[in-house]
Amino acid sequence: MGPLVEIRNLSKVYTRGRERIEVLHHVNLDIAQGDFLALMGPSGSGKTTLLNLIGGLDSPTEGTLEVGGQRIDRLGQSELARWRASHVGFVFQFYNLLPMLSAARNVELPLLLTKLPAAKRRRHAAIALELVGLADRAAHKPGELSGGQQQRVAIARAIVSDPTLLVCDEPTGDLDRQSAVEVLTLLQNLNRDHGKTIVMVTHDPKAAEHARHVLHLDKGTLVEAAQAAEPAW
Amino acid sequence: MVKYLPLVWSALLRRKTRTVFTLVSVIAAFLLFGLLNSVRDAFASAGRNVAAATRLITISKESFVVSLPKSLLLQIRSVPGVSAVTYANWFGGYYQHPQNQLVTEAVAPNYFDLYPEFQLPAAQLRAFHATRAGAVAGASLAERFHWRIGDEIPIEATIFPQKSGSNTWTFTLVGIYHVDDPRLQGEEGALFFNWDYFDQATAFGGGTAGWYIERIAHPQEAYRVAHEIDALSLNSDHETKTESEDAFAAAFVSQFADIGLIVGSIMGAVFFTLILLTGNTMAQAVRERIPELAILKTIGFSSRSVLALVLAESVLLLALGGAIGLALAAVAVNAIRARLGAQIPMLPVGTQAWLSGLALTIIIGLLVGALPARRGMRLRIVEALSGR
Ligand SMILES: Nc1ncnc2c1ncn2[C@@H]1O[C@H](COP(=O)(O)OP(=O)(O)O)[C@@H](O)[C@H]1O
Ligand SMILES: [Mg+2]
Repeated sequence: MGPLVEIRNLSKVYTRGRERIEVLHHVNLDIAQGDFLALMGPSGSGKTTLLNLIGGLDSPTEGTLEVGGQRIDRLGQSELARWRASHVGFVFQFYNLLPMLSAARNVELPLLLTKLPAAKRRRHAAIALELVGLADRAAHKPGELSGGQQQRVAIARAIVSDPTLLVCDEPTGDLDRQSAVEVLTLLQNLNRDHGKTIVMVTHDPKAAEHARHVLHLDKGTLVEAAQAAEPAW
Repeated sequence: MVKYLPLVWSALLRRKTRTVFTLVSVIAAFLLFGLLNSVRDAFASAGRNVAAATRLITISKESFVVSLPKSLLLQIRSVPGVSAVTYANWFGGYYQHPQNQLVTEAVAPNYFDLYPEFQLPAAQLRAFHATRAGAVAGASLAERFHWRIGDEIPIEATIFPQKSGSNTWTFTLVGIYHVDDPRLQGEEGALFFNWDYFDQATAFGGGTAGWYIERIAHPQEAYRVAHEIDALSLNSDHETKTESEDAFAAAFVSQFADIGLIVGSIMGAVFFTLILLTGNTMAQAVRERIPELAILKTIGFSSRSVLALVLAESVLLLALGGAIGLALAAVAVNAIRARLGAQIPMLPVGTQAWLSGLALTIIIGLLVGALPARRGMRLRIVEALSGR
């Protein structure tokens, strides 16, 4: 079986007026099914850009990108939207929950796009919340939860439709040590016990320790793993 | 689609104060719409229902009982603005008993053309024209005396004996007319017979018309046409007085154009303001929710569903306010009609008003939602998430 994610010669160029910013340069990368990969690198090195491409939020300027055997670099906007709905879960630094909806309703959101009847949607959302240890907070709105709890709700939302791939952009960037550890442990469990493939961007070496592999990005280029694995601390 | 309702609803609850303020202005606008619409309907129906507004009556200036020469017929017909002329004579009389006084008129053949509110089947009208001594009775009169079509009806004359000296005029009932408008039920009690028969058989008063009835092309010309008809006989021995059959209705009709214009411009101004106001609310609501809409797209909502969500939000806001506003208008109109029905003409808020009001809420909702919705639809996830 080939890798879940296969990236070949991937480049991304942003144009702002006349200015051309090449953010990623000919990136090659395979991510195996069941991996937990941490992407590290200095600010502005293109981590978010790469993650967004893998998650199908953006399209590359050049190169190919295959996920689960499907060329997602060729998909149009609406096809990408449909693809994301069934294949990827997203977790962001600032949780990005809808403030007016309860935790349960937030988790249920991705299921609105499925044909599941209401009772099943609610049931699935409850299971996901249970999995992140927040069954008792289902009726709370995000504003009534701590940062760590909000991030766990966001993780429940990311896994509720059972995607193979989870992409997390600095999921602990806004959390205290204790909450960060809880969230990272949760991600580890999802990887180990539920077989989720996870790509996580972080600039926190302690967070990266929870991953199976660590890759470094520098000025839009992947740095040799061997040389990068050298602990800097 | 019901499953998206909590999502749409939660967006409206996000800024409760702002939503309530906007809702109140929508309610106010549609309350006004309901009230003004009811006034306009009242005027419009006065103009539509009362055929009387398009009829003038010419009588002798001297007295109602003085007849006018038949020669006036052709002259009146040639007055500009007159589209038809007919004439009638008062006959009166009673049936069987002097207590049973009747409203009986001898009328010209085209009389019923000018009174469309008297509904007479075409075959009966033909029979009336073909039967010299034929008569047509109103439905309630026929019912009162159990008259059937084909009956011979002897009427005792009170003013006009026949040339033969007999006071008894025997008519053959050839038709029964109905009046649908409940306000005109009183008109169903008359008996009409042929003017030609009257003219040939009467001992005196022949060769003259009791009064003329003109139909005019444009109600707002009533005054001018009446003036010109009276000018025909000025300084003669038979000066006339011409008036609108229902002066009140005529006044209504001539004012209707103005009322319609005033009501239309008020509503135009109100809705223009409403569109600016709700449009601003929606633009603001979407602007501050861009990151949330970006998340929906990230999760897999299509651009079109984001468009639909925002449109649904503004239509819901407008429809909710519109429904409340129209309901308040319905209550208010009923209260006003109960207390001040005589002074302020108003019709109840009917199905038509509800339908056009709710259609308006949807149109305005789509209109003010369109730009913000387009913005939501077009947002680029990556840029919106990074706050670019
Ligand atoms: N939409 C965009 N338009 C223009 N420049 C962008 C855009 N997104 C990212 N960039 C630029 O690309 C570079 C990499 O950004 P990013 O991938 O967010 O880096 P990281 O996540 O590693 O901090 C930065 O210099 C950033 O300014
Ligand atoms: Mg980043």
